[in-house]
Amino acid sequence: MKAYLKLDHVDKVFTRGKVSSEVLKDINLSLGKGEYISIIGHSGCGKSTMLNIIAGLTRATMGGVILEDREVNSPGPDRAVVFQNHSLLPWLTVYQNVRLGVDKVFAKTKSRAERDEWTMHNLNLVQMTHAKDKRPSEISGGMKQRVGIARALAMEPKVLLLDEPFGALDALTRAHLQDSVMALHQKLGNTIVMITHDVDEAVLLSDRIVMMTNGPSATIGEVLDVPLARPRQRLELASNPVYLDCRKRVLEFLYERHKFVEAA
Amino acid sequence: MPTYSASEISSLGGDRETALIAGDGGLQFVNKLRFSITGIGAGLAWLAFGLSCLRWPDIGDWPRTEAVAYTAFAIAGGIAIATTAQAALGKFGDGVQRRAPWLFALGVFLTLWELATAKFGWLPLPFFPPPQSIVEVYTDDLPKLLDSAFASVKLQLGGYFIGAVVGFLTGVSIGWSRLAGYWVHPILRFIGPLPATAWLPIAFFTFPSAWSASTFLIALATGFPVTVLTWSGVASVSTAYYDVARTLGAKPSFLVTKVAIPAALPHVFVGLFMGLGASFAVLVVAEMIGVKAGLGFYLQWAQGWASYNNMYAALIVMSLLCSGAITLLFKVRDRLLVWQKGVVKW
Repeated sequence: MKAYLKLDHVDKVFTRGKVSSEVLKDINLSLGKGEYISIIGHSGCGKSTMLNIIAGLTRATMGGVILEDREVNSPGPDRAVVFQNHSLLPWLTVYQNVRLGVDKVFAKTKSRAERDEWTMHNLNLVQMTHAKDKRPSEISGGMKQRVGIARALAMEPKVLLLDEPFGALDALTRAHLQDSVMALHQKLGNTIVMITHDVDEAVLLSDRIVMMTNGPSATIGEVLDVPLARPRQRLELASNPVYLDCRKRVLEFLYERHKFVEAA
Repeated sequence: MPTYSASEISSLGGDRETALIAGDGGLQFVNKLRFSITGIGAGLAWLAFGLSCLRWPDIGDWPRTEAVAYTAFAIAGGIAIATTAQAALGKFGDGVQRRAPWLFALGVFLTLWELATAKFGWLPLPFFPPPQSIVEVYTDDLPKLLDSAFASVKLQLGGYFIGAVVGFLTGVSIGWSRLAGYWVHPILRFIGPLPATAWLPIAFFTFPSAWSASTFLIALATGFPVTVLTWSGVASVSTAYYDVARTLGAKPSFLVTKVAIPAALPHVFVGLFMGLGASFAVLVVAEMIGVKAGLGFYLQWAQGWASYNNMYAALIVMSLLCSGAITLLFKVRDRLLVWQKGVVKW
């Protein structure tokens, strides 16, 4: 499999004054096109830093990120991010938030009417057309995440980066939104990198699960293949032996071999 | 012959029975009348004010006493009718009813004021002129007062506009650019806290005209709070918003115009509000000292003639203008910042 997105020997050291701390050490990871990868690990293991490096919001100290044979080191619309929260601009309506990205990416290639249509099409994908004129403060957390996903999808990114996208949601909304993301992935075939600390979520959604060791100097401990056929049904999987085995192996990694030690 | 039509009844809704019994239009209207205690009370207070004008002779020479009394009677009647027929008058009736307690308090206050000044002289004249002498200013000296008000508004608007624009731009640049912050911040710290009025003697000599000097001072008084608040607004924008915009592929100019400025607007409006207050003070002082026009000048001029009624009349106009300006500012803010929750209503 040819690598579509590649993290090549990525190190990240944060330096504040004379104190420097190594957060990530020697991260190597290759993704195929259309692959869904989850990154799981205890808090403070540098998951978000890793995502920010892919997004270009943070620069790697050593090594680099290669997307389609080109190095990327600054943010761009080819890598759309869905943030955990605070991701919508509160002074814009739902429609305007999505349109902002559309206008940025398709300013030259699409006409005004086409951009409007494309915005509405993506709102429709996440079933948010009914609230298009509402402002973020007027809609629920799950709806905000839907809009965030629509905005990311509307940019037709090469890679979709999800930073704990369901972390702040209640269990029912979370399950519902996970199903939506699975369906969208099935339909559009995006390449997705998702950060999570929910084991079930990782197994349910991903093709591969990247398990991180504890920081400082965190690195990839193990990569687990999830050989489950798609489309996946959450109820059927509950008793599927492959699903249960994957789940067990992630749990073992997190709670036996790399037990979270409270930082002093 | 039917006395009612189907549509008439349906439009009345809950009052269907009354309508069926009453039948004709006149009685329907009567049914809508409700005596309101506060409304009648307010009417009586204004009636008392009118009577107090006529009952005793004035201790001074004020030609407008009778006119004021009859106006008070008219207002008393108006309040009583409006509150009684509140349901039939719609919005206007509701408005009067809601303000009835205030109208009552105002009527009582005017009555006491009338008695304490024009009738029994409990308060020393001419420092406390009776209501009719202030009304006399509005009827007899209106052109001069209007000219002054117009001059004040013109001066204020020009200075405030310049100060607001310059302050906003300065605030955005020092909030955004480290270099601009390095050079402008010390100047701001040195000059900003200085009351703009302290510049008066210098400004009136160095500027070609009193008008340009005052415009400069008003702009200075406005500019300082607008700059500081805009700056703090831009500086406190959540980095998450910038991250969002950057992942959309935003350039710095986009970050400033589409993220930093909208996010900072709530702060900017606080600055504009504070600047408005500060600039009013400068305006009045500048008019009293150097500019030969405007309400401040009118006040000064009236003081020279010891005509305190003119001063009170000018103060009332001034208060209405300042309050109106702030109301306007809040209206603009409410429109621009609909996304903000829990904002204070003016």
